[in-house]
Amino acid sequence: MNDLTSNLSYESHSIAHSGDRLGVLEKTALAFVASGLLLLAASLFGVSSKMPEATRALWLAVAWASIAGGGLTFGLHKHLTDKPGIRNNRKTTDSLTARGAWGWSLAILLTSFYIVLYWFPGLLDGLIRLHDPLSQALRGKAADQWFVYGTFYTFAILVMGAKAIAKYRHSRYQILRTSVIMITQLGFAYLLPAVFAKLNQPEVYLSYLWPLAYDKLFPGTLDQFLQAGNIGFFIVGWFVIGTLIATPVLTYFYGKRWYCSWVCGCGGLANTAGDSFRQNSDKSLKAWKIERWTIHSVLALIVILTTLLWFEPVMPDVLKGPVYLLRQWYGFLIGAAFAGVIGVGFYPLMGTRVWCRFGCPMAAILGLLQRFNSRFRITTNGAQCISCGNCSKYCEMGIDVRHYAQRGQNIIRASCVGCGLCAAVCPRGVLSLENGPKDDRYNHEKGLSLLGDLKSL
Amino acid sequence: MSNRHIVILGNGITGVTAARYIRKRCDDRITVVSGESEHHFSRTALMYIFMGDLTYQDTKPYSDDFWPKNRIELKHGWVEQIDTGNQRLNFQGGDFLSYDELILATGARPNKFGWPGQDLEGVQGLYSYQDLENMEKYAPTTRRAVIAGGGLIGVEVAEMLLSRGIEVTFLVREKLFWNSVLPGGDAALVGREILRHGVDLRMESELKEVLSDSKGRARAVVTKSGEEIPCEMVFLTAGVSPNVALAKDAGVACDRGILVDSCFRTSTPHVWAGGDCAQHREVPPGRRPVEQVWYTGKIHGEHIAANLCGEERTYKPGIWFNSAKFFDIEYQTYGVVLSQPTPAEEDFFWEDKDGRISIRLRFEKESGAVTGVNVFGLRHRHVVWEHWIAGKIPVTDVLSDLGAANFDPEFYHQYEPDILAAFQAEFPQFPARLRTRKGLFSDFIKNLFAHRGTEVTEVGA
Repeated sequence: MNDLTSNLSYESHSIAHSGDRLGVLEKTALAFVASGLLLLAASLFGVSSKMPEATRALWLAVAWASIAGGGLTFGLHKHLTDKPGIRNNRKTTDSLTARGAWGWSLAILLTSFYIVLYWFPGLLDGLIRLHDPLSQALRGKAADQWFVYGTFYTFAILVMGAKAIAKYRHSRYQILRTSVIMITQLGFAYLLPAVFAKLNQPEVYLSYLWPLAYDKLFPGTLDQFLQAGNIGFFIVGWFVIGTLIATPVLTYFYGKRWYCSWVCGCGGLANTAGDSFRQNSDKSLKAWKIERWTIHSVLALIVILTTLLWFEPVMPDVLKGPVYLLRQWYGFLIGAAFAGVIGVGFYPLMGTRVWCRFGCPMAAILGLLQRFNSRFRITTNGAQCISCGNCSKYCEMGIDVRHYAQRGQNIIRASCVGCGLCAAVCPRGVLSLENGPKDDRYNHEKGLSLLGDLKSL
Repeated sequence: MSNRHIVILGNGITGVTAARYIRKRCDDRITVVSGESEHHFSRTALMYIFMGDLTYQDTKPYSDDFWPKNRIELKHGWVEQIDTGNQRLNFQGGDFLSYDELILATGARPNKFGWPGQDLEGVQGLYSYQDLENMEKYAPTTRRAVIAGGGLIGVEVAEMLLSRGIEVTFLVREKLFWNSVLPGGDAALVGREILRHGVDLRMESELKEVLSDSKGRARAVVTKSGEEIPCEMVFLTAGVSPNVALAKDAGVACDRGILVDSCFRTSTPHVWAGGDCAQHREVPPGRRPVEQVWYTGKIHGEHIAANLCGEERTYKPGIWFNSAKFFDIEYQTYGVVLSQPTPAEEDFFWEDKDGRISIRLRFEKESGAVTGVNVFGLRHRHVVWEHWIAGKIPVTDVLSDLGAANFDPEFYHQYEPDILAAFQAEFPQFPARLRTRKGLFSDFIKNLFAHRGTEVTEVGA
């Protein structure tokens, strides 16, 4: 190769891969993000409740403005300078997106952040105090670790959501879906709970229903809400109707996507901040088998726990001990370790939906409904599939979409969150997310939904 | 009939489909032979490996344990000779394999029309895994590449090269891109898309020869008009030809491809052929003698399997269809759309104001029955078009129900009203009114098929 190179009248390395070099603007934007993060990190050492509020407010504002401004500039510039359309080039070769050194570093960083957040929040004291001014303004009280986490989370979804919209701007489905996710996160999972707090009401995230927000149908939680007056009644009604009526009805008509890809914050983070890692989900049959065991076990656990809590007043002597233990362990293992640490920390390694796929009990319920009582399916368009594998590769839930598409079968899988990316990356127009009559969801012969009729021609 | 040894030469889509469908039917020993790769992969996805969208592993439609699980033996090696007398394959290196039945699924190779310099280093087509390896080998030392021959592969190669920052000059013989296949408006639309992506597209321009540097690598091409274009790689993308050499040497009757009857038997007993390498002696209506697309390979494989296992199944592939993607514009075709309409056909063409979305309909002048459609930048439903074309449904009904064919994602702009208005302006004698829109999928499809009988009688009025 050296011989060949020296033969040419130019330097070879300056030609190849010229596309993936960062420009000056992108580098500057990343520098702003980095300095913003450093400013936040610096607060860990220098900020306390003794520092004047105005100083902290300025510090905080500069840090977040720098992160958001830099992030937006980078994300929008990256995608808007390219033509609209699917661009997944270099996903399998870049260190960050292909589990290289950058990918591993990010995974370790994220995982460490979650471990500190859940079990060593004392280490974050400076950062929490830095967020006091914002918390006072929004909630009328001092910040805690969860407010800080919510702020990080919301910024991530908003900034990276804007990037995702730019990236998928050729698709109205993706623009609409991402916008709704961003608005839901900002409104229902950040500002509205803050307003509740300011009104001295329970600070609840309305976008999380039981069993994802697992204590929402616990008798104790409901009692607490009901004692809070009118807003409390509204909140109880919201959770009861949301869980028992809205969930099965909406899932019947639209599949689980109405929640997992349009409302839920976990899905929201996955589809915005995590979008570059969706291809790292495991597509093997083995992973599917594990997934079915784990996710339904978590569902069983939370159903048992909720039931026991309702029975506890009946036989307090027998149940009190075990229920307390179960509740504690569920919170530790599932609520914190699984949903948080592994769920987000492992984005760069196992794809963005580790929690949604292997653990989330809400996804489990929605999945069962979708699988057995829904009008939703992904239709395979006749025999146009060329087995290229893009659909499977970019499925964040690890569904081997191609397995069905190349056989002309429709895809009806409990885990499908209906993000629509399989259809978007398909180069032959083979896949489409559709709602239709339940009886003709499966077509095993050729994906021709009215094959019987056609045969008679 | 069990315990035969069925050997399949070629692990492309035809070969592995045959293997799978034989296994579904019987217990015979099956061996799939390939020199190209150890496992079956999707060659349509080679471009995505190069661009970094997929890894090689991702392009395998079946996981590696699928083969032992289904007792399909794999043999990785190049066959040197087919000995039809002793019913065995002789491999390079002296190995051999006996067969009771042999299926030839040897695929095709890029056309080379005897250009001087066509075998230099850095000159290649894109069909096999080895072609991809060569591309990887020479791309890092390539600033400009020349693609000769306008067609689907040429556009894919252009996209691949641009993704690595390599400049592309594209030589196309016709006045409009792929105009031998695509009608004018369609061809112009594709041409615009190629230009939009920064390709140096040269129409009515042909390769004359490739010039060599001192080390035997391409350094420039010369066009028929005498222009010399410096480049480090040359891609020959003017179609592919069936791989017939092994079959021919073994005395199997060949023309352009390996000749097969309607059950995919060759002239030699116990030897079958299908896929890109095969040529039909009897050509089904609306089809061509050599069909080199993915899904025909699949159908061939299924038919060979059935016939080999004693079910007589003659080749009836049905309505022609195909699809492709030209950079960001998807293309689908159903039925027959020749570059020029026949005298008995009417032609209707609509495109949006930006010239990136279009539909072309062909229908019979007399009866109004639709015969074919091309769509660009729109996704259409295979099942619906198959029904319309096979049923000779009149264009009036087709346009009235055009929403039933819409396969675009939800919330996408629906162009049916615009298309219909343009049609009415041009063909007032075929009055159509829009009665189906996408969005009520269940109802409109149900209605469409439920009322079929009555609607057909009303047509053409």
